[in-house]
Amino acid sequence: MTTNDVSHGADRAHGGHSHHFDSAEHEYSSDKEGLWLFMVTEILMFGGLFVAYAIFHSIYPEMFSEGASHLDWRMGFVNTLVLITSSLTMALGIYYNQQNQPKKAFWNLIATLLLGCCFLVVKYFEYTGKFHHGIFPGRLLNMEMVNPIHQNLGLYFGLYFSMTGLHGIHVLVGMGLIAWVAIRTYKGHFNSHYFTPVEGVGIFWHIVDLVWIFLFPLLYLVG
Amino acid sequence: MSQHHVIPLKTYFKVAGALFALTFLTVIFHELHLGALAGPIAFLIAAVKAALVLLYFMHLKYDNMQNRVIFGSGVFFLALLIGFSALDIWTRIQNISTL
Repeated sequence: MTTNDVSHGADRAHGGHSHHFDSAEHEYSSDKEGLWLFMVTEILMFGGLFVAYAIFHSIYPEMFSEGASHLDWRMGFVNTLVLITSSLTMALGIYYNQQNQPKKAFWNLIATLLLGCCFLVVKYFEYTGKFHHGIFPGRLLNMEMVNPIHQNLGLYFGLYFSMTGLHGIHVLVGMGLIAWVAIRTYKGHFNSHYFTPVEGVGIFWHIVDLVWIFLFPLLYLVG
Repeated sequence: MSQHHVIPLKTYFKVAGALFALTFLTVIFHELHLGALAGPIAFLIAAVKAALVLLYFMHLKYDNMQNRVIFGSGVFFLALLIGFSALDIWTRIQNISTL
């Protein structure tokens, strides 16, 4: 049980920790503190867009209704269910690592990855459908094709594409991270003493779910 | 580090079930066409769902005070941004200058 390895760090699987921490518990709580600070930056980044949405919605409520009428709420609804399920499988991926059952953890992480894929496939069909009908953000919106009631409809779709686009990039990044911890789970790197990377990726994945929980009603339903 | 709090499986399934139910509830309220109330109701349901995700999936309920305060600070500064932006927008004089 070395606490001070030279190359790749400590033997964490057996209660070890990096040399610049007092204990494994200290390392774990420091990692999580860093993660939560990162989550705050995520909240503030998406928060800025939500504030922009709130302000323009309060100024042009009818234009937002028209924008939302171009979206199919069933697509957003299905994607909400997909993301909630993926959040559950992610939580189970952590749970089974905590229970020293890496096989079950691995398959739950793979399920999370596949659900992330589902989400992006639905998003792909939504985006291409919009492009097909001349719906683009801001002044790129095709006025002849869309023939909108409100001349500033591009504003709604500017918000729609930037908010769902930024969210979509987060889904992609999250999937990459999940693939990474799934491989490490498969290799047996984690157990009840050490699962910090899975926990961290989980927190990131859940914040992605969290953002969508607000995006769905605001963009698809209320408009 | 042996003292990690492990949330029982049953809790995870209950939370997921509640999130599913609340998603259906969002759509049901949408179909009722409540007009001006639709927005606040949809937001309220989303806030309840967000709280469930934060407390159970993100383990904030069992986390230490420090991480809870860090998260709270994010919400606080977001509220500050919304508050002052709203004050600015809604207290502007709407008349166009006569100059």
